[in-house]
Amino acid sequence: MLLSGLLLLFAALSLEAQENPYIVAYDHNLEEPGSLEVEYFSNFGTQRGGPGFHAFWAEFEYGATAWWTTEFYLDAQTTFGEGSLFTGFRWENRVRPLKREHFINPVLYLEFEDINAADKILKEVEGHDVEADQAVPNSIARQQVIREIELKLILSSNYKGWNFTENTLAVKNLSNQPWEFGYALGASRPLGLKGAAHRCNFCLQHFIAGVEMYGGLGDRYSFGLHDTSQYLAPGLAWNLPSGWTFRFEPTFGLNGNSHQFLLRWGVAYEISGFGRKVESMFKGRE
Amino acid sequence: MKFRCDVLTGVLFSAALALGLRAQDGNKEREQKEKESVYAELGKVPEKDRQKTNPLGKDPESVAAGEVLFEEHCKDCHGSAGLGGKKAPSLRAPEVQNAAPGAIFWILTNGVVRKKMPVWSKLPEPERWQLVSYIKSLGIAEQASGNPPRKP
Repeated sequence: MLLSGLLLLFAALSLEAQENPYIVAYDHNLEEPGSLEVEYFSNFGTQRGGPGFHAFWAEFEYGATAWWTTEFYLDAQTTFGEGSLFTGFRWENRVRPLKREHFINPVLYLEFEDINAADKILKEVEGHDVEADQAVPNSIARQQVIREIELKLILSSNYKGWNFTENTLAVKNLSNQPWEFGYALGASRPLGLKGAAHRCNFCLQHFIAGVEMYGGLGDRYSFGLHDTSQYLAPGLAWNLPSGWTFRFEPTFGLNGNSHQFLLRWGVAYEISGFGRKVESMFKGRE
Repeated sequence: MKFRCDVLTGVLFSAALALGLRAQDGNKEREQKEKESVYAELGKVPEKDRQKTNPLGKDPESVAAGEVLFEEHCKDCHGSAGLGGKKAPSLRAPEVQNAAPGAIFWILTNGVVRKKMPVWSKLPEPERWQLVSYIKSLGIAEQASGNPPRKP
């Protein structure tokens, strides 16, 4: 029964995604209603004062409606010489309050995360997060539980093929820590703006190049750029007509508090009509 | 006694039939209203957007490219060749085929979020115009085959 259910789900139609190359920044383009995007991301990092690491995570992104996307994450990491561990989960929601396209399109973002201090996916950088925080051995870091609420205001525009996005984030650790702040900026553009007259995998319109910059902005008591880490990351996304998307993003630390280099990549597959397939599993035949 | 039972059965049956027919009428009415409201979005397009002409209207590859884009992004909801599906209406309906290209472009750009039609502004403008070319070509194909544009 379970197997046939799973087969049914994966027999669902795929849909070509049109994903930007951002891994940290968000734009205002939400998931299509009823579509599920399953994603895997990988983050190789250098670490001064400790061994390097490979953090990885899975994302399940579902378009609940045309104005609301919900997403669930599972995080894990391997620190070389120390072993691998599961580091927690996140649940995020993005809501588009304005129903039409504007020059600047706001999206409201709310996330709850239940992770431990060994989490190294660096999906966002906030407050006074610095490289040295992650030199703590896994055996100690895993004991510190972090439960946070994260709010973001995403302001994004599509203009003449370009996407420009600006994210401001505020994070509250629920164990009585001060509010922390951060930002992410992004710009991207497809290499070709016109569609080809035949189905192709290597046509320029399937490649989107971009760059993102992100970092911490301190906390409520010490707002600003001092003792924060900052990153710059050029990236490329390849959206295949079969529904697969590949992303590649080398990331460079911009100051002494940042990891010198991170290599991020990800693969995603969009299942169109997933919601309808699940519904039909429980409905029986019409 | 038997006569009373027959009368009672007759009354109950008539009442059930009347209720059933009324419910059916209600469903039809609801469906009709829903269809009207989906197409009514085309009537809400601002005049200056409606006036826009398709810059790729004379591009010989525009329809073919639009068809590829349609297969990739729209077919799942609007059905093969825009015939309509469970989730979205036919694009061969007269309401769509008689609409100005600028109006269809505006709907693609802004979506009809309340009706689950996503915003397609993430596709660059030339790709959205290619989609408009393809959607408008569906009506021409229909006429060439001798059939009037299909009802939704």
